[in-house]
Amino acid sequence: MAAPTTTSAVTGGNSASRPLRPTQRKLPFPASLYQTAVGKKWVMALTGLMLIGFVLVHMAGNLKLYLGVVQHQGELIYDADAYGESLRELLVPIVPRTHLLWVLRLGLIGAFVLHIHSAYSLTRMNLATNFAYESKRDWLAANFASRSMRYTGVIFLAYLIFHLADLTWGLIPGYEWERGEIQHNVVGSLSNPVVAIIYVVANLALAMHIYHGIYSMFQSLGINNPRYNQLRRPLAIGVATIVLVGNVSFPIAVLTNIIEYDPSLLAG
Amino acid sequence: MSKRLNLTLSVWRQAGPSAPGSFMTYHAKNIPDDASFLEMLDIVNEELIETGEVPIEFPHDCREGICGTCGVMINGRAHGQEKGTAACQLHMRKFSDGDTIVIEPWRARAFPIVRDLVVDRSPLDKIVAAGGYVSAPTGTAQDANETPIPKEVADSAMDAAACIGCGACVAACPNSAAQLFTSAKLWHLNSLPQGQAERFRRTEHMVETMEQFFGSCTNHGECTEACPKEISQDFIAYMNRDYIKSQIVNRKLAGQK
Ligand code: FES
Repeated sequence: MAAPTTTSAVTGGNSASRPLRPTQRKLPFPASLYQTAVGKKWVMALTGLMLIGFVLVHMAGNLKLYLGVVQHQGELIYDADAYGESLRELLVPIVPRTHLLWVLRLGLIGAFVLHIHSAYSLTRMNLATNFAYESKRDWLAANFASRSMRYTGVIFLAYLIFHLADLTWGLIPGYEWERGEIQHNVVGSLSNPVVAIIYVVANLALAMHIYHGIYSMFQSLGINNPRYNQLRRPLAIGVATIVLVGNVSFPIAVLTNIIEYDPSLLAG
Repeated sequence: MSKRLNLTLSVWRQAGPSAPGSFMTYHAKNIPDDASFLEMLDIVNEELIETGEVPIEFPHDCREGICGTCGVMINGRAHGQEKGTAACQLHMRKFSDGDTIVIEPWRARAFPIVRDLVVDRSPLDKIVAAGGYVSAPTGTAQDANETPIPKEVADSAMDAAACIGCGACVAACPNSAAQLFTSAKLWHLNSLPQGQAERFRRTEHMVETMEQFFGSCTNHGECTEACPKEISQDFIAYMNRDYIKSQIVNRKLAGQK
């Protein structure tokens, strides 16, 4: 009986030794860091952390919508509107009005641009290096959130543009948008059930994105301590849940008239 | 007396690197359940040879889980369903009579198919060649235990050195990333006193070579699940940390840590 003629040595067909990505000219530091995938992941994690910080503060700020009308400098005003104004007046005696806010905004925009650009170029790299299986894969560790990062990211980005057009620039018809009247605008926008549903869907995508983002961030940054690693999942679940519950409460509260806008209350 | 199994195999057949491939169905009859997965393929191949057909090419060498030559996707999992086990150490008693088993080669753009289930994993060698060694001007061998290494450090280095370089981590990764392999090779040396002098140069060169061939890690964690040596993803974090440091630190001062 003939012995099975299977090969163990891999010979010939040396196409594998050719790099899939050509070596680039190395730029000076710190651009050299961003040229590599490990460096891009590092930037993605840091900017992601900044964006999560913004999302949390933004959500906490919106909680003022629940406070309704308050007495502010002798005037009756919606607390959310007063909060918005106080952001414009950050550090006011030292810098002119809205200046610090713009510095913060520019930092945020920079973080967004880097986060999206690194995601885009790493996705392109991965599409160029991976090769799909013909048979069905049996995933053991990858979860829905980790495998849908690029989709949840894109869904949320699309929503973000809508959100800015709606509440920051007042370009979406359906209610009378007024500059600086936060309570009025939020209630006007979210009392449309279609807008409310879009809002909830976008926040589900955001929560999933944040869940895998937080879990993944520590590895990308090289923060690893076997003593604390088991806290990554609970932390990711905790932050994602806080963002989801906090944000989704707003459209529900508007639709159930818990958050209201009533101009007669301002008359005093 | 061992049990006997009758199985249906769906095996990827491909005549050469650029030939078209497809799944072919084979019947593996009367397989003793104490055969290994590769022995099962041997039995199927014997029958193919007897009937004048071309046997299935599959990668194998030591068949005792230490060389890293074997490795195929078995029902969508690298090295099959047994955790921490290479395909050569997977036994047929883990399957039941009448099962259908789908066998596909590793898939990654950097691993072109040579034939059937055999892929060319030479990019992994390129990564090691880029720095996976310690340069030692050899003189007289020093006495044993001359360089003290704490037990924990030796254990950690040994955990990383357990990598047999089979490529299952790349095969299992949705991004075809080789982070687990590269980080294991790095930590094996970077954690030891002998590896310190070249630590940052090694990290930089190996990571950059890796990125010429493989994708970028998105922390799914499929690699560790697939690894026949259950190598931890912690090493990936250590590699990321060392790489960032390699870019930031002044190498002349690196000895100060
Ligand atoms: S054949 Fe050597 S590890 Fe499986």
